[in-house]
Order: sequence, then structure tokens, then C-alpha cells
Amino acid sequence: MTAKTLYDKLFDSHVVREENGTALLYIDRHLVHEVTSPQAFEGLRLAGRKPWRVSTIVATADHNTPTDHWDMGLDGITDPVARLQIETLDTNIREFGAKAYFPFMDARQGIVHVIGPEQGATLPGMTVVCGDSHTSTHGAFGALAHGIGTSEVEHVLATQCLVQKKSKTMQVLVDGKLGNGVTAKDLALAIIGKTGTAGGNGYAIEFAGSAIRALSMEGRMTLCNMAIEAGARAGLIAVDDTTTEYLKDRPYAPDASQWDAAVAYWQTLKSDNGAKFDANVVICAENIQPQVTWGTSPEMVVGIDGRVPDPEKESDLTKRSGMKRALQYMGLQANTPINQISIDKVFIGSCTNSRIEDLRAAANIAKGKHIASNVKLALVVPGSGLVKAQAEQEGLDRIFIEAGFEWREPGCSMCLAMNADRLEAGERCASTSNRNFEGRQGQGGRTHLVSPEMAVAAAIAGHFVDVRGLF
Amino acid sequence: MQKFTQINSLVAPLDRANVDTDAIIPKQFLKSIKRSGFGPNAFDEWRYLDHGEPGMDNSKRKINPDFVLNQPRYQGASILLTRENFGCGSSREHAPWALEDYGFRAIIAPSYADIFYNNCFKNGMLPIVLSAEIVDALFKAVDGSVGYQLIIDLEKQTVITPDGNVYGFEVDAFRKHCLLNGLDDIGLTLQQMDAIKAFEVKHKAAQPWLFN
Ligand code: SF4
Repeated sequence: MTAKTLYDKLFDSHVVREENGTALLYIDRHLVHEVTSPQAFEGLRLAGRKPWRVSTIVATADHNTPTDHWDMGLDGITDPVARLQIETLDTNIREFGAKAYFPFMDARQGIVHVIGPEQGATLPGMTVVCGDSHTSTHGAFGALAHGIGTSEVEHVLATQCLVQKKSKTMQVLVDGKLGNGVTAKDLALAIIGKTGTAGGNGYAIEFAGSAIRALSMEGRMTLCNMAIEAGARAGLIAVDDTTTEYLKDRPYAPDASQWDAAVAYWQTLKSDNGAKFDANVVICAENIQPQVTWGTSPEMVVGIDGRVPDPEKESDLTKRSGMKRALQYMGLQANTPINQISIDKVFIGSCTNSRIEDLRAAANIAKGKHIASNVKLALVVPGSGLVKAQAEQEGLDRIFIEAGFEWREPGCSMCLAMNADRLEAGERCASTSNRNFEGRQGQGGRTHLVSPEMAVAAAIAGHFVDVRGLF
Repeated sequence: MQKFTQINSLVAPLDRANVDTDAIIPKQFLKSIKRSGFGPNAFDEWRYLDHGEPGMDNSKRKINPDFVLNQPRYQGASILLTRENFGCGSSREHAPWALEDYGFRAIIAPSYADIFYNNCFKNGMLPIVLSAEIVDALFKAVDGSVGYQLIIDLEKQTVITPDGNVYGFEVDAFRKHCLLNGLDDIGLTLQQMDAIKAFEVKHKAAQPWLFN
């Protein structure tokens, strides 16, 4: 038998039919949120169709939901268009059904990519889709997970399948040990800095190596979450004991009667020895520094010891003009040391870095300190209601509040600024989210992507600073 | 879905690499629960000088005269010429909806982000990949000649320039078939209903916990 990659195993075990290299792929889990689903449900309704298998659907509202004034309920949503979208999801789920629905203000509501794993609704060996590009997050569990557009959301609702071609495979091998204060986020940014944001186009990336094995599930999710920023629709990590331990006793994970059989199967979910990848990237974990992006694409990134690069030194003309435009938008001069860039706001949250481990690590740096006077706003937005409750039980909320941070209700928040949390034009933000595109956090806003630890360190210093000096 | 067979149209150049979906349609417009009407807000932050919000009367807004698509010579173009990794970022299908509503039927670039590429076909829009050198030559040609048009023939898989150059392009056979005939692929997939049901029986036997 030929050696197979994890991607091949997952793909092949879900093929309903294949013709001329195009497969009909069966989907096990469909995550639904309010922004990319209304037109899909409307399409079903117009065609007189019903969801094929309601028990695969897990839904929540996250993108548009406010992170404060929850005591006012729906009336706390000042934007009528956002409110209509949230109410439309309620109506659609009521009409069509779901296995689980965590509506606005439910104790278990949160960012769709945080709650899926948290509920055990994301399992190894599954195919997982969602009308959201960061669905790649769920690949951390050895699941084949990727984002889809709204037409495909409708297609999956109606048929439980997707029309798919096989991707190419890339292995990113990370051996060695990440240094103290260097996180999965830094690893993700360093990889994107190396491969470029288009480097993974057409590929499913499998992350492997001793540094990956050493990561917690939270760290693995952070890494797979950012696979899409490298251009790959799917990120993957093989199943091991870390995976199964995380899943045990989660609400939607297999119960005791099925557990052993499930685990036995899950343990086969890794690339075989000698499996061939279409591309290979090798990274040495020891060489990675805490990362800070300086531009308007995640690939525009340097280590904290670095400087803003000089476009004049770039020979590729398209790249050079892109760099110039980015520097102009970001209001930065070439050759400025990264640790001299001061900030106006801080955002700790998003499906990349809002899990309990992220908040613990951030609180650890914030403890007993206070944000600098030039920092106008520092937000901590937990990824879900359960993360928030857990953090409060551990007293993390007190640490943040005493350090001058605001402690908010869960949701996407300032990751994409669809709700009221946003940057004003020209404001500079240290953000733990995943995209630094122009206008992403508010029109004219300037985003620097960093790890939670680096975001807190910047909040305290008022400018970027090497968090490794704070341990 | 609208059929795509052949077009003969003006070409609008957007000379930037990595144009992301946040730029194509900013998030404030994603709050709509409809599929149409996104065209006036395509490239909103580049196209207008003020900040756009849903429900504004776009005809009264100040347009940015420096933004290339606002130039009179490119009005009515249904072919967009751009650089690599077009459509990167979020999976929002609002991006192709906005481009289509604006009037684009085809895009030419050296590469696209995967999800965006896929989404185009679902909306009767053809994303064409040509080499970076050809794209570069087309940028020069468009810039050098007002009213520059291209003929795109999906059946023959060719792009034809006014001076008679013919560039072939690749397109997946199934996607081509759907686009040429304006087929909705949900209907096609539902013809496989029995195969899907048979797969479910097998799948459930192998991994029963997926069917709890
Ligand atoms: S947190 Fe940000 S990236 Fe994640 S799902 Fe929400 S908007 Fe998308």
C-alpha cells in the first residue's frame, strides 16, 4: 500500500463520487453564523428545499454581536442592520433546525471557531465547513476543515456535500523548541513571513515536527487558524494524546460507549511514514523571535529586534510599490526600529487568540502593571461565554481590569469591526487578530498583528517591546 | 445563474497585488441579508472620499478621482485586469457579488486566492489565470490605448487582443460546463441523492459517533 498523507486519508474517506478529478465530498459538520448564512437559507426557502441533515448544523451569532450592554438585550444593538442579521439567524434556525444553537447572549455563545472545539462539536476525522475562511482552525484536530462561500453554504445545507477538487499538500516541518515568550502566533507569523500570503494557494498545509507536537490544542488552533493567511484553505495537525485528552468529556464528543472505538480510529489520523508532499518547508523553532507585522498583509512581518524594511532595497517592482503603499497607509518610515513604534489601542481577542490559554498568558504579563498613558483603549474580548466564565473563575478579569484593560462580552469584536468596537482613522493598534488589511479594524485604522503576550507588553510600555525581557 | 459564453469588452486595470476581500467589499456592507445591490459599494474605501455605510445614497457621495476605476475611460468595463493573489482574505461571497453587481463578468490575473476563485464560478463570473508576463503586457496595452478591449471566449478558452494575439487559459471541465449552461450545481448534486444516501450508510458503520 502506498504511504498516504493525513490530507489524503481525510479526503478519500469522504468521497461520495469522483469523476475527472472532481469529487463530491461528504460533510460531517456545518458551522453556521449570521453573516454568511442569510442568503443561503433564503435560497433554500425559494427552491423549496430542506437541510439534508439538520444534526450536522451548529450555529451561533458572533460577527455582529456587541461586546457590551448585554443587560439591554437586543436593544443594546444600536445598528438596526446588524440587529436584523442576528434576528434573521434566529428565524432561520427556528424554521430549519440545528443540532446546537447558541444565540446572542446564550452562556455558550461565542466565536464560531472557538465554540466548535469547546463543545466537542469538532472531532478528528470529520470534514468541517463554515462560511468563514478561518474554518481552517479546526484542522488542529486532524479534521479536514475549510471555509466556503455562501453558495456553498447553501449547497452543503441542501445536499450535505461539496463539489471539490483535491488540493496539493504541503508539509511545514517545525523541529526544536520555541523560546520562552515565543508562541504559536509568532510561529504562524514567521511561517507566513517565509512562505508569503499566497505561498499556500492550492495547498492543504500539514504542520508537523517536535515543536508542533509540543503545542497545546489552543496553540495548534492558533496555528491552523492562520493557515488561511498563508493562502491555504486548510491547515492540519495529526491526532495525538493532546488531541484526545482535550476532547474527552466535551458535550458533543463521543460518550463512554463509543469513546474507545473513536480514539482507536482517530489514532490512525496521521501521515504515513514516507508519505510524499507536493511541497516541503522546514523551520527551526529556536530561530523564531516574537513577531510584529509592519504592513497591510500578514506576510509583512519582522521579529521584534527588527526594523521597518526599506522598499528601496526590494528589487521586485510590484512588491516595492506594495511596500511603499503599505508604509504610507501605516504611517511608518523605512528603517524605524519596531520597538520605537508607539500604539493607541490594544485588542486581545479573535478566533486566533481568545481562548483560555491566551488569556492566562496575557494576564500573566499584565499582573500588577498598568497600561501606558498614551494607550486610549485596551480591550480583552474572550472567545466565548464559557472562556469568559472560566477566566472570571480564575480571577483573570480582575487582573486585566486593575491593569486598565476593559473586560468585554464574547464575540469577533474589533477583529473585523462589524460591531461598535473599532479603530478610528490613523489609530495604531497592537492586535492579536489575524488580518492587518487596510481598514480591517476600522477605516484608516493601522493594525499590527502580535501574540497576546506581546500585545500586553505593548500596552504596558505604550510601544512595541520584546516580551522576553518581561519574564 | 447567468450563462457565460463569450464577451467582448473594455478592460479596467487595477494595478495592485494581493487585493483582499475587505477592499473589494468592506465589512459594513456584509450586514445585508440580500444577495444583490453590493455593486455601488465595490471597492468603497478606495472609490469614495468619505466613509460609506449601508443605506447611504451613493450618488451623492464624493468620489475619489484618483481611483482608477473612477476614470471615465474605464466606465462600462466588464473585464477586470489585476495582479497576483486577487481576492485573498475572507470567504465572503459578497466580494464576487459586488464585482458582478458592479458589472464585471471576467477577471484576469496571474493568481487568485482559492475561496474567492471558487466563489466566482458560483456567480457566473469567470476568473482567468494568465502568466505574470502576459498580464504585465496587458497592463501596458490597456494603459497605452484608450478604449482597449478584449474578447474572452469560454468555449474555446481563449483571450483575444485587438492586435490578434490569442492567449489560451485553463478552466476545470465541470466548472466550464456549469458556466456555459448557467447551471445551478445544487440541482446537479441532488441527482446523486442515492449515492449520497449509500455513502451515509457506509460512513455511519465506520464512524457511528458522527451520527449521534
Ligand atoms: S474573530 Fe475575526 S477572523 Fe475570527 S471569525 Fe470572527 S471576524 Fe473572522
